[in-house]
Amino acid sequence: MALSGMRGLSVFISDIRNCQNKEQERLRVDKELGNIRTRFKNEKGLTPYEKKKYVWKMLYIHMLGYDVDFGHMETVSLISAPKYPEKQVGYIVTACLLNENHDFLRIAINTVRNDIIGRNETFQCLALTMVGNIGGREFAESLAPDVQKLLISSSCRPLVRKKAALCLLRLYRKNPDVVNVDGWADRMAQLLDERDLGVLTSSMSLLVALVSNNHEAYWSCLPKCVKTLERLARNQDIPQEYTYYGIPSPWLQVKTMRALQYFPTIEDPNTRRSLFEVLQRILMGTDVVKNVNKNNASHAVLFEALSLVMHLDAEKEMMSQCVALLGKFIAVREPNIRYLGLENMTRMLMVTDVQDIIKRHQAQIITSLKDPDISIRRRALDLCYGMCDVSNAKDIVEELLQYLSTSDFAMREELSLKAAILAEKFAPDLSWYVDVILQLIDKAGDFVSDDIWFRVVQFVTNNEDLQPYAAAKAREYLDKPAIHETMVKVSAYLLGEYSHFLARRPGCSPKEIFSIIHEKLPTVSMSTVPILLSTYAKILMHTQPPEPDLQNQIWAIFHKYESCIDVEIQQRAVEYFALSAKGAALADILAEMPKFPERQSALIKKAEDIETDTAEQSAIKLRAQQQMSNALVVTDQRPANGSPAVGQLSLVKLPSMSSNPDNYSADEGVTQENGILSTVDPQPPSADLLSDLLGPLAIEGPPGAVQSEQNVPGADGVPSAADAAAIVPIEEQKNTVQPIGNIAERFHALCLKDSGVLYEDPNIQIGIKAEWRAHQGRLVLFLGNKNTSPLVSVQALILPPSHLKMELSLVPETIPPRAQVQCPLEVVNLHPSRDVAVLDFSYKFGSHAVNIKLRLPAVLNKFLQPLTLTTNEFFPQWRSLSGPPLKLQEVVRGVKPLPLMEMANLLSSLRVMVSSGLDPNPNNLVASTTFYSESTRAMLCLVRIETDPADRTQLRMTVASGDPTLTFELMEYIKEQLVDIPTGSAPPPMAPAVASPMAPVAPLNDPGAILAGLL
Amino acid sequence: MIHFVLLISRQGKVRLTKWYSAYPQKERTKVIREISGEVLARGPKLCNFVEWRGLKVVYRRYASLYFCMCINQDDNELEVLEIIHHYVETLDRYFGSVCELDLIFNFHKAYYILDELLLAGELQESSKKTVARLIAGQDALVETAKEEANSISNIIAQASK
Repeated sequence: MALSGMRGLSVFISDIRNCQNKEQERLRVDKELGNIRTRFKNEKGLTPYEKKKYVWKMLYIHMLGYDVDFGHMETVSLISAPKYPEKQVGYIVTACLLNENHDFLRIAINTVRNDIIGRNETFQCLALTMVGNIGGREFAESLAPDVQKLLISSSCRPLVRKKAALCLLRLYRKNPDVVNVDGWADRMAQLLDERDLGVLTSSMSLLVALVSNNHEAYWSCLPKCVKTLERLARNQDIPQEYTYYGIPSPWLQVKTMRALQYFPTIEDPNTRRSLFEVLQRILMGTDVVKNVNKNNASHAVLFEALSLVMHLDAEKEMMSQCVALLGKFIAVREPNIRYLGLENMTRMLMVTDVQDIIKRHQAQIITSLKDPDISIRRRALDLCYGMCDVSNAKDIVEELLQYLSTSDFAMREELSLKAAILAEKFAPDLSWYVDVILQLIDKAGDFVSDDIWFRVVQFVTNNEDLQPYAAAKAREYLDKPAIHETMVKVSAYLLGEYSHFLARRPGCSPKEIFSIIHEKLPTVSMSTVPILLSTYAKILMHTQPPEPDLQNQIWAIFHKYESCIDVEIQQRAVEYFALSAKGAALADILAEMPKFPERQSALIKKAEDIETDTAEQSAIKLRAQQQMSNALVVTDQRPANGSPAVGQLSLVKLPSMSSNPDNYSADEGVTQENGILSTVDPQPPSADLLSDLLGPLAIEGPPGAVQSEQNVPGADGVPSAADAAAIVPIEEQKNTVQPIGNIAERFHALCLKDSGVLYEDPNIQIGIKAEWRAHQGRLVLFLGNKNTSPLVSVQALILPPSHLKMELSLVPETIPPRAQVQCPLEVVNLHPSRDVAVLDFSYKFGSHAVNIKLRLPAVLNKFLQPLTLTTNEFFPQWRSLSGPPLKLQEVVRGVKPLPLMEMANLLSSLRVMVSSGLDPNPNNLVASTTFYSESTRAMLCLVRIETDPADRTQLRMTVASGDPTLTFELMEYIKEQLVDIPTGSAPPPMAPAVASPMAPVAPLNDPGAILAGLL
Repeated sequence: MIHFVLLISRQGKVRLTKWYSAYPQKERTKVIREISGEVLARGPKLCNFVEWRGLKVVYRRYASLYFCMCINQDDNELEVLEIIHHYVETLDRYFGSVCELDLIFNFHKAYYILDELLLAGELQESSKKTVARLIAGQDALVETAKEEANSISNIIAQASK
């Protein structure tokens, strides 16, 4: 044992150890610091030995947790000592005491550089070690070239080169520009041929960092990585000292497989085959052994192999093999393997097609929620959350609720948030959702954030069917002897709004409701009192005829709080008191809360925020993000296509979401009632992608042309999708980048709303946000690069139709990795027209040049402003616009059959306002709107639709406005919407509509014709 | 990547700290306190991983000492667990059946050895033999320097007699 005795240091350490308590220790440390300070003041008298000793003492004191705010200069100055022992201490203690940004490090840069480029190998090592451990940006800029030289120098020994590799890695992390990609990629490939395992291990770490940022440049390294892996795992061709418990350097194996995970695919079939052979060998050949270290090392390799297999999207058979392995792991005794089994199964959820196999292990996963180890419980919770879908939501959420009562405090908040989100996302029916949230509040009130109870209130408010149920449930909970304050809040709110639905039930008279809520008042905090006051006021309002008793009681309470110190409470008390004296006015002001505008769940947003906080760059994360369609564009609305923002949050892909009719999300119902959304039947995802590609191509003509083109084969009785594919030009099929989602559907959705995703493929996402005012509009295009390397040669060209003046601000040529750029687009509407503007967008990614033509949702209805008219306003206008060309009438056939209510919704989503009750015939709709353009200014438009209840596929439409073109265009536009509800699937065969405005109208047997006589 | 290495005794005394990511002094103290709280409280027969602030602490207990390494969430945990063991074996080889006292009084040696094993938060050398050879080389350099210094002071002493 070669211990270099340093007596003074040992004595000091012994003294510290002998201290009885913290106070004594502090005294001893202070004494020593004083001593060192005095000695350092007179530096000349210090021998190198003493200097070394004091610097070590400083480090020791620092390690004990005391502030050492002096002596840094002396420490750093040791670096420039001529002799090895002092230099060594200087370097090592500096690296421990100082952070990368410390000013003193700057002083040392020159000495460090001299040591690195000098001939003394031991000095080189010391300098590289320090820079590798704490080097900052400045070091990166001034030292990187020298370090690179050492790494590839043939005259340097491995001990210097391996340090140089990792030192360069540190500098690269601090400033990626220091590694010049062009020159370096070949060198890197050469380094992978290295025979010395130390250098190879270090170089592989460097490669992992390089490819994680830009794999494109390093393709040449890929086959070498596979070779290395073969050499280790298959041939076991490695010096004895580099095997660890009989395993050829497990660390190098892991790193090599990590590097491979950053390449998107392996194209060369031979390389791919060799790699899969090795992986298969690892998957099959890893056994559980007794020696714990050997076991850990072999499983480290195995788990990395699993990740790589997942990444490579291996054949289903191999995937099932992986899931089977993981299924075995999550049930073993060894806790590390259990933990990793669960963790990797969660990652596995990202792989398509294996979710169902994973679900077979649900029972075991739920058991793991009760594991004695919190780390394992956390993994199990994550997995439960990730694997939850409509089929198992009930089971999983009930389990989470059950677990909530016994779980550790540290996990309850996360647990309740997750349960709330799952309940919201996958509720088979809304009453179940209400049950879950109330149970959640009941069991873990302290951990239920306000967002959760706000959300349940929002749901109940927006769903009339749910209101009596929710009120009854709230009433039940109030019977419990002790309830959480949040429960008081939510039940008081619900009963205030909806208790009148319960009035006939036993125990639910206004008086009883009041007294049971009022019982809780003394137990609640100031923040809850205002809610209770509102509830009292509402109860009072709903009690008809008034009960003087109750009235007096409640008035007394208001009176009591009129002088409350809390302003909110005081104000409410005064106002409610005054209002209740006003009798009938009370009912207006305290009427039921209106429906909430639909928006993204605050909960889901919160969970997303948590996720982005911890987001970091990694192969696995990147994959996850690439699979999430809405990751980049910030929209405050849900996608309107019926499948709510479910995919946004979970890592799970939910392939069957939109086609599963059982899964109607709560929000859908809401939006429907709000009249924002028109299509509610969940549409199967479009099969004919090609016909969507076609859409944007046929733009030159008016959209009507597109339609008839698609419809011609349909009219001939031939399935249209197949034919549509046949007429796609060859060039378009060459686009190797497949869009994600249906372009046409996205466009149609955006015609009805103002923000959302316009286009998406694996590389880019184009989002849109628009604001419309009269005849002007402002669109912002959000171009988001989803990759970790830049998109280049980005070009966006607007092809405006003649009626639109459009100006696109400058689009940058390059979109940096994972960045989003915003490009505003100004639009002015000159005159009425249905033509559509096209965005001709192209970019390059790697070797792929992608060009897409996208229709822009600057369509006619965006320049409409809904307008409600009364009978007295409508009819004079209607009469004054008599006959063509200002008033056009037409019978439209082949209309998508819709109930009248939905047709009204469709019209209002086009911003044409239906005035109900104006038309005496209940089968007819009368609507009005204002159109804005530069030529027409604000122009009133009137629409009447007469439907035939016996045949919903035909109707008669009359459109009138003060401008002939406008009348024609608006008529055609509405027709398009009625005939071809934007579904992306082939429209029903349509008889050619009577296109000419002058065409003879309606056959006599049409019931609409008779009705028209009324006006 | 390994963000930091901590050696903590069962009583919560810090025996070694090494930071590969920049944590300011105040933060370091806080981190040590939090990690000690998390790790020391864990019972036996649990797994060797603790999730902490979006990162992971891989730890292993040897007698009265806990060796902790903090890594990214998606790093390979078992690999790091065996880096810990690799470090312990190297220490054991150097000190000859190492104990906590060795590390207390020769904490600087623990730092030297760690610097040969890890660099920039990554594994640098996985051969114990190579590390042992390098550390022996360093010790020899220090010894030579000491002897030189002694002989010079002897010469001076004799000359000034």
